[in-house]
Amino acid sequence: MRIGVFICHCGSNIAGTVDCAAVASKARAYPDVAYSTDIMYACAEPGQDAIIAAIKEHLLTGVVVASCTPRMHEPTFRKTVERAGLNRYMFEMANIREHVSWIGKDIEANTNKAAELVRMAVSKLRLNRELKPKSFPVTKRLLVVGGGVAGIQAALDAADAGLEVIMVEKQPTIGGKMAKLDKTFPTVDCSSCILGPRMVDVAQHPNITLYAYSEVDSISGYVGNFDVKIRKKASYVDWSKCTGCGLCTEKCPSKKSYDRFNEGVGPTTAIIIPFPQAIPKKASIEREYCRQFNTGKCGVCAKVCPTGAIDYGMQDEFIDAKVGGIVAATGYDLMDWTVYQEYGGGRYPDVVTSLQYERMLSASGPTGGHIKRPSDGEEPKDVVFIQCVGSRDVSVGRPYCSGFCCMYTAKQAILTKDHIPDSRSYVFYMDIRSPGKGYDEFTRRVQEEYQARYIRGRVSMVYPKGKKLIVRGADTLMGAQVEIEADLVVLAVGAEAAEGAPHLAEKLRISYDSYGFFMEGHPKLRPVETNTAGVFLAGACQGLKDIPSSVAQGSAAAAKALALLSRDMLDSDPQIASVNLNRCVGCRKCIEVCPFKAIQEIDLRGQPKAEVIETVCQGCGLCNATCPQGAIQLSHFTDNQLLAEVEALCRF
Amino acid sequence: METVLLNGRDDAFIRAVEESSGQVVSRCYQCGNCTAGCPMSFAYDYSVSQVMRLIQAGQKDAVLSSKAIWLCAACNTCSQRCPNEINVAGVMDACRQMARREKKFAVRAMRAFVDAFLDSVKFNGRSHEVGIMALYMLYTGRVWTDVELAPKVLPKGKMPLLPHRIKGRSEVAAIIDRYKQGLSDPELARARLAKDAGEESGKGKEAVS
Amino acid sequence: MSGAAFGYFPGCSGLGTSLEYERSTRAVCRELGLTLWDIPDWNCCGSTPAHTVDPVLSAALSARVFAQGARAGIRDVLTPCPSCLSNLRNALEHMEDELFAARVEALTERPLEAGHSVKSVLQVIVEDVGLDKVKERVRRPLTGLKTVPYYGCLMTRPEKIMRFDDPENPQSMDLLLQALGAQVLPFPLKVDCCGGSLGIPVRDSVPRLAGRILELAGELGADMVVVACPLCQMNLDLRQGQIRTRGLDYTIPVPYFTQLMAYAFGLGDEEAAFKLLAEDVAPAFSCMRRRAEEIKAEEARVAALAAQKAAARAGRGAQSRANGAAGGEA
Repeated sequence: MRIGVFICHCGSNIAGTVDCAAVASKARAYPDVAYSTDIMYACAEPGQDAIIAAIKEHLLTGVVVASCTPRMHEPTFRKTVERAGLNRYMFEMANIREHVSWIGKDIEANTNKAAELVRMAVSKLRLNRELKPKSFPVTKRLLVVGGGVAGIQAALDAADAGLEVIMVEKQPTIGGKMAKLDKTFPTVDCSSCILGPRMVDVAQHPNITLYAYSEVDSISGYVGNFDVKIRKKASYVDWSKCTGCGLCTEKCPSKKSYDRFNEGVGPTTAIIIPFPQAIPKKASIEREYCRQFNTGKCGVCAKVCPTGAIDYGMQDEFIDAKVGGIVAATGYDLMDWTVYQEYGGGRYPDVVTSLQYERMLSASGPTGGHIKRPSDGEEPKDVVFIQCVGSRDVSVGRPYCSGFCCMYTAKQAILTKDHIPDSRSYVFYMDIRSPGKGYDEFTRRVQEEYQARYIRGRVSMVYPKGKKLIVRGADTLMGAQVEIEADLVVLAVGAEAAEGAPHLAEKLRISYDSYGFFMEGHPKLRPVETNTAGVFLAGACQGLKDIPSSVAQGSAAAAKALALLSRDMLDSDPQIASVNLNRCVGCRKCIEVCPFKAIQEIDLRGQPKAEVIETVCQGCGLCNATCPQGAIQLSHFTDNQLLAEVEALCRF
Repeated sequence: METVLLNGRDDAFIRAVEESSGQVVSRCYQCGNCTAGCPMSFAYDYSVSQVMRLIQAGQKDAVLSSKAIWLCAACNTCSQRCPNEINVAGVMDACRQMARREKKFAVRAMRAFVDAFLDSVKFNGRSHEVGIMALYMLYTGRVWTDVELAPKVLPKGKMPLLPHRIKGRSEVAAIIDRYKQGLSDPELARARLAKDAGEESGKGKEAVS
Repeated sequence: MSGAAFGYFPGCSGLGTSLEYERSTRAVCRELGLTLWDIPDWNCCGSTPAHTVDPVLSAALSARVFAQGARAGIRDVLTPCPSCLSNLRNALEHMEDELFAARVEALTERPLEAGHSVKSVLQVIVEDVGLDKVKERVRRPLTGLKTVPYYGCLMTRPEKIMRFDDPENPQSMDLLLQALGAQVLPFPLKVDCCGGSLGIPVRDSVPRLAGRILELAGELGADMVVVACPLCQMNLDLRQGQIRTRGLDYTIPVPYFTQLMAYAFGLGDEEAAFKLLAEDVAPAFSCMRRRAEEIKAEEARVAALAAQKAAARAGRGAQSRANGAAGGEA
């Protein structure tokens, strides 16, 4: 074998603390090394060209590049050697940046360590074999999990491009948080007017199948061929019969149910259609509030339903679907603000959340668009907005900025003035974060034109005194304690990943951060991809963002999914396990440890043997490590290859 | 107001406050929650968050000669509600103790009250309200402080004119005297701990041999 | 829990301004089966002033208290006063640090072994004795008495050191008063500061801060503000006259929770010691009795109505059963 070694300087990233020329010179003494050099930027075009030229000039049959992490550039260099006519697996990478130059300052020690890592790579490469991927057909269907604005955008873009789309939404209607908003910043246009038509498009699109009031139960398979089990939750209404006439909701006698869609601003009935523009516009029964379920006596909805759609005996239903790619768009929820006992912890009715206030402002909300104090129904005159309730607050475990509260609070202050012209709005803020297009102008407008009184400071305490709420705060610019006698207090409650997000991440086999937000493949360069092939992200599930950004990400995720599913065949990764049948004793240990169910038992002339299902194997190597016979080997990471690396390191 | 030269930040002062209070003052992002909830804010020259800011800026003189550090009621509202979990009351404590060491008493009545209280404890082993009031009036010259309360308590036997003296009052006096002599100095204690540790290990060696 | 014994640290105010707390505490503990051993020849914990000077000095005074207890075989200490509690707790907490302990020892010259604990009387009654036990002892329920509990700042703060109840919205005294039969009004200023020991040096502080508390209690229609801290009690009760000269326009008695317990347990006047309060409790108790009568009358009316309805139902039921049986036979 004729091996070429290239030691990358990465500018001063590596060369700053590693003597690259010395490493290259040491490498010349390693077995089978026919050529070795250092190089300024191996990944840049001149660098890649130099590698190709060296392969041709020195008749190299394998290449080692010592540079950064393989996660960054292994695919780059594999393509480089391929262009020079080598098999892409006749390449090895030594990470002398993240593992050496960035973590130590001692040049001599770093240089020695880098040389050792190169020796390991050379030793492994000597045992590398050419591997050829197999190709498999792709299921040209996309699953979108979550029917908020991000998911809707992703679904419509993909469906318009001709892809079949399945949308799964947990709630009885799509629309997500945006459907609850009255107006949107910075244009103050009506939220449901712009979202409504998109929701209708989802319902009517021939390429989209919508499963509302449903959840993803389980996912198996792999990129191009995922098997998804969808749980359609029992709504106790046969939606094929329900016409959405609403007669049941009018007659339902349980009128004290918690109104999830309206954030509990007013009570609702046990059988509900969440809001007039709901998609699908179908009724469902909230079991915990239903008299029929709780007392066994009622049946009013069944009696009045003109189509006989009510079915108290309905069970959850499961649907199996095959998809090629998945977009997760599960959005966010508000954090549990009742930990703030100093703001009443939920005991004071006139302290409401920003989302509750949206429902009060909305003409289709429970107050018909009139701002009323929950305690006595009176119109408030002094409205205090408190920002960062559960954002940028280490003491409640929420150190991050929720990103959109500054803007929606400004919008709510404007709407308050529009609704009640003689009202006064007070906004307690720490910093105004408004970097979007037209955003900062908007926050100026609310202060200059709408006379909202912005107070730079936090609020220590809110408590009721007579009919008023006393808000005890600080104006840090004035350096003074301030008090406001308020009629209504609106808390800009911080957001967190949607309930159940980590659970879904585990089903999708994607990672999530400590707050439950899904991890993107790269924070800058792969913002909508994950490290699991075929799974993409859109909207606030990846990190909090406002509507424009969520929509942009929805489109981006659709584009990524389309790029994947536009192909008829995908190459399988040849770095998978295979069984040496002569050595296999059929002990089944590999079958037990395989997390992907990729190994099955076969019968070979009366002997039980293991067999790898190539398309399912993910190449994790658990079976390889478990097999007592060494019969099952992971290609490109065989026992011999790993031992060669170890031996190269421990030579004494 | 004077221009503050920020290059002149007194880092040793910041370190001293941090060490004494066990808090990291750079964690404060000046939200003002401490000021918002402080019951004594009305009497301060600098608000609590301004005191925190002055510490961050290393403005030792301004902090140690402020009234605020003396008027803090130690109610812990600021510490309880600080979003960055800073024990703000502990920082105020540390500054007050530092000011006392440097003989800076921006609120003389506070010093007089504390001295009167500790003198009473030193004489009797326990605090004696009538005695404290007498000493306080003596130290401040505010002769009529709270005398209107006397008719409410004296007839009920709630303010004995004579103190309850304890047998071990000399022990208590000794504690206060030793403190005033500087015997609780951390360096002395550190040295003694090191010496004890040395003796311990010495003993260990002997036992082995 | 009955039969439990604690070392008892009354605190200096127990001998003077909070005599009523002291008497009622001892009586109530006796009734609940808690044995109190006085720590022999105890000294002042240093209160806020010592702490203001130096936590080491403060801890040294506390350390002598624990050492005196240890000499009498006492490890678990009970104190009614939150200010003493805070000092004693802080001392134990700080002395976990070796250097701090060494500095304290340099002042006391008495080494202190580990293993001491200190709790408030309120905490022991609510958590260790239990409210069921309290309820059992009630002979004179406080039915009809409208109370607001006022905890002050030190009972639950700092959270990490006091480790008792919710620091913003404590419930223990609320539940205790309910167990005595009293009505408890939600009181949003229950942990607001009353001015603490600043009443003497900063004259304006108590009228302003305690005034705010008393004013809200009055607006809510409370008969009494119930407290657990001698300093708070002094500010709210003894200084109420001073506060009235600054605009407060009514009087409201401020007893300790232990006094109300003593009363509810049916103990004598000497032990409830209401006479020692500055503001008279008699008007509040007569309000209570009047309301209790009203409540009783209302309950009787509701019960009569219910009985009437039940009788009517029984009549109808019998009739329909008879009908049913008849139908069955047919």
